[in-house]
Amino acid sequence: MSASPSPSDAPSPSAPTTSSAPLHLAVALDGAGRHPAAWREPGARPEAVFTARYWVDAVAEAEAGLLDFVTLDDGLALQSSSTDGPDGRTDLVRGRLDAVLTAARIAPLTRHIGLIPSVTTTHTEPFHISKAVATLDHVSRGRAGVHVQVSGLPHEERHFGRRSAPLSGAELYEEAADHVEVIRRLWDSWEDDAEIRDVATGRFIDRDKLHYIDFEGRHFSVRGPSITPRPPQGRPVVSAVGASGDGEASYRLVALSADIGYVSARDAGEAASAVAAIRRAREAAGLGEEPLHLFGELTVFLDEDGPAATARKERLDALAGHPYEGDSEVFTGTPAQLADLLVERRSAGLSGFRLRPGVIAHDLPAITRGLVPELQRRGLFRTAYEADTLRGLLGLDPHPANRYATPPSAGTAA
Amino acid sequence: MSTKPLKQIHLAAHFPGVNNTTVWGDPAAGSHIDFDSFTHFARTAERAKFDFLFLAEGLRLREQGGRIYDLDVVGRPDTFTVLAALAAVTERLGLTGTINSTFNEPYEVARQFASLDHLSEGRAAWNVVTSWDAFTGENFRRGGFLPREERYSRAREFLSTANELFDSWNGSEIAADATTGTFLRDARAGAFAHQGQHFDIEGHFNVPRSPQGRPVIFQAGDSDEGREFAASGADAIFGRHATLDEGRAFYSDVKRRLAAYGRTPDQLKILPAATFVLGDTDAEAHENAHEIRRLQVSGQTAIKYLEHVWNRDLSAYDPDGPLPDVDPEVGENTIALGRASVRQFRDPLATAREWRELAEAKNLSIRELVIATTARQTFIGTAATVAESIDSLVQQDAADGFILVPHLTPGGLDVFADTVVPLLQERGVFRAEYEGTTLRDHLGISVPGVDREVAAS
Ligand SMILES: Cc1cc2nc3c(=O)[nH]c(=O)nc-3n(C[C@H](O)[C@H](O)[C@H](O)COP(=O)(O)O)c2cc1C
Repeated sequence: MSASPSPSDAPSPSAPTTSSAPLHLAVALDGAGRHPAAWREPGARPEAVFTARYWVDAVAEAEAGLLDFVTLDDGLALQSSSTDGPDGRTDLVRGRLDAVLTAARIAPLTRHIGLIPSVTTTHTEPFHISKAVATLDHVSRGRAGVHVQVSGLPHEERHFGRRSAPLSGAELYEEAADHVEVIRRLWDSWEDDAEIRDVATGRFIDRDKLHYIDFEGRHFSVRGPSITPRPPQGRPVVSAVGASGDGEASYRLVALSADIGYVSARDAGEAASAVAAIRRAREAAGLGEEPLHLFGELTVFLDEDGPAATARKERLDALAGHPYEGDSEVFTGTPAQLADLLVERRSAGLSGFRLRPGVIAHDLPAITRGLVPELQRRGLFRTAYEADTLRGLLGLDPHPANRYATPPSAGTAA
Repeated sequence: MSTKPLKQIHLAAHFPGVNNTTVWGDPAAGSHIDFDSFTHFARTAERAKFDFLFLAEGLRLREQGGRIYDLDVVGRPDTFTVLAALAAVTERLGLTGTINSTFNEPYEVARQFASLDHLSEGRAAWNVVTSWDAFTGENFRRGGFLPREERYSRAREFLSTANELFDSWNGSEIAADATTGTFLRDARAGAFAHQGQHFDIEGHFNVPRSPQGRPVIFQAGDSDEGREFAASGADAIFGRHATLDEGRAFYSDVKRRLAAYGRTPDQLKILPAATFVLGDTDAEAHENAHEIRRLQVSGQTAIKYLEHVWNRDLSAYDPDGPLPDVDPEVGENTIALGRASVRQFRDPLATAREWRELAEAKNLSIRELVIATTARQTFIGTAATVAESIDSLVQQDAADGFILVPHLTPGGLDVFADTVVPLLQERGVFRAEYEGTTLRDHLGISVPGVDREVAAS
């Protein structure tokens, strides 16, 4: 279906959404929550953050709230409050499990929610990432995505030792764009019906439906095809952050390479200018018609009583020794107040939000049991899962055409 | 009869995917990609109290004569991802993944295995393979950068670096004490520094020590270097010698090498790949086996297989006719790419001569010759016959157990689980219940301590 200009249609992520269109909601999961002292809250289960049970429970809660997807944060170095290296702190959660594997461990135990693990394009092989995410899509029956991030941290570079010096900021993003291009081409390198099992001719596959991708870029080249057949969604969802701190390079990555961009902004004005910059870059690249979701990002502290939320954040700040500010907007208040804020923020051109629970144990259930019913009351959020795949939930083409397939119009009937 | 106590047999299940033994045309054959197939197969293995499930790996689609090979099953999922998902649908079964040491980096692979070990509560194992070729390398950003001679030097250093990373947390660092605000007891957790010929890396590993400390390590290469590598650092070998004589020779050779590394014979398990065909009578099983061989080796498959030795296009030959009278093409370039089996034929001229003589003596067509010379089923017979053969090979030190490769996906293991396993249990040579929770428990291999001297004393 191509995007329709009519504003009364189903939400079209390529155009600014109308005030009545349902919102998309995701949560970002990391450690015990976004606040550095989150792990000290009652119910936080900090000893369990390296167990499957912990993550399965969190995602089950998100799925009970009918959220579109969860993202699982990750990184190839110890968490640190400094970009110079490990900060040596012993009072904060340190260490994490591989996000793709954690998502795969959760997949068979969930049914509808999308699973988007983070990967670092700077240090990984696109061939490996492509088949890992394709496999996540196979095991979740069409609910996989991947969140791509770059790393310019010299100490992380030293965990790999591949280069004598880290790439520059612009090069990191350029390499990330190539990485995404390669993983997508590899997903397309098998046509959907390549497996034929033709007993008469003894052929298991029709090799004319497998394709070399022959990618040649500035930083690497990859031949293909993938070893893994095309995943159920055809192309799992790709997300990236458009952060004003990283300037135009991150906006370009979102604009040119993502299906979902997270816009980190501190207020509606900042959000609107980031959205405009990303849309401009997309138009300039000739992709203006292609759907792109832009999600606002907020860290949330939610309580039924507004002052209680503020007091809770202050208590956490006191434990941490400093006020939590974060790199995107921080909200404290009631679910109803948050719903008001989301409605206001969406006018900047956002089609959904990725919420970061300040404390997973507290704020995730507050999202699913407080915010979600509030949005449902206003007709702004689904009351049941309406699709089985992540692309379906996001209103994207549920199974994009394969770039290598010969269109049926070229002679044969479809 | 000796009074030696009976050895306990280890059994594992190889998910049949990309290989030349899977009979994909059988009406009972299912998907080799759909996760339901993996779930079915893993649950059967766990119901039978097997030690582990095994996945092979190939990082480029096989080609022959410059085209993708289309006669066998093609396509497989990512090893780590599918094993992590299987951890959700099983509780005790070990999860062994083949992961190449050439086209990966130690920090990332160590993280993935440590994560898999956490997510499975101590059931992860790594089969370290060393395929090095530039053909596979074309799929990777660093390309085919490793000369063949260096494959084991990189593998050895890769494994020792990964071990340094696994050991960089000793397991007592996490306090997670909310009252005092102490998450880590020790700020140095995860610190490592490795400098060597292949890797020069340092920093902090970011996965805390996993339930098994380190994943169980498998090795699969068969060369002298490969055996030495296994003796120096593996917990088990995925081997290819499953007959009595070859098995005993391999077994004693490898176990003899352990002393040089201060290790005892029970610290390295020898587990050859093995196939099986069952029937209500031995004769019926042999008939079934013959039928399966015919399905595995079609006329076209036979021609393609012969090309591995002749290294030239033989498509004009009749598979039901005599062997080609031309000689193999000898040279650097090989017609079949991405197949480990091709390297078996170190002297193609001699192999061709041998095969011609055999074919003439027994009046065999190309297809019959290929059926006669390629691996036949290891265990054929009634459940009782097969249980007896397996037990006898293990008691005679031809193996410590077997990794079974059924020819059907995913149901090929069911009948074995239902008929052979109970007989082995009756004999008292195979567990009736899991005794421990981790793969190391199943294999009887201790968790290496951070302080290895203490562990060894
Ligand atoms: C029984 C067996 C199974 C193997 N399985 C794999 C595999 O799944 N993937 C792979 O890349 N290589 C596999 N190999 C290849 C070996 O890892 C190794 O690269 C090859 O045998 C060359 O080493 P070698 O000269 O020591 O034999 C296997 C080898 C053997 C003997």
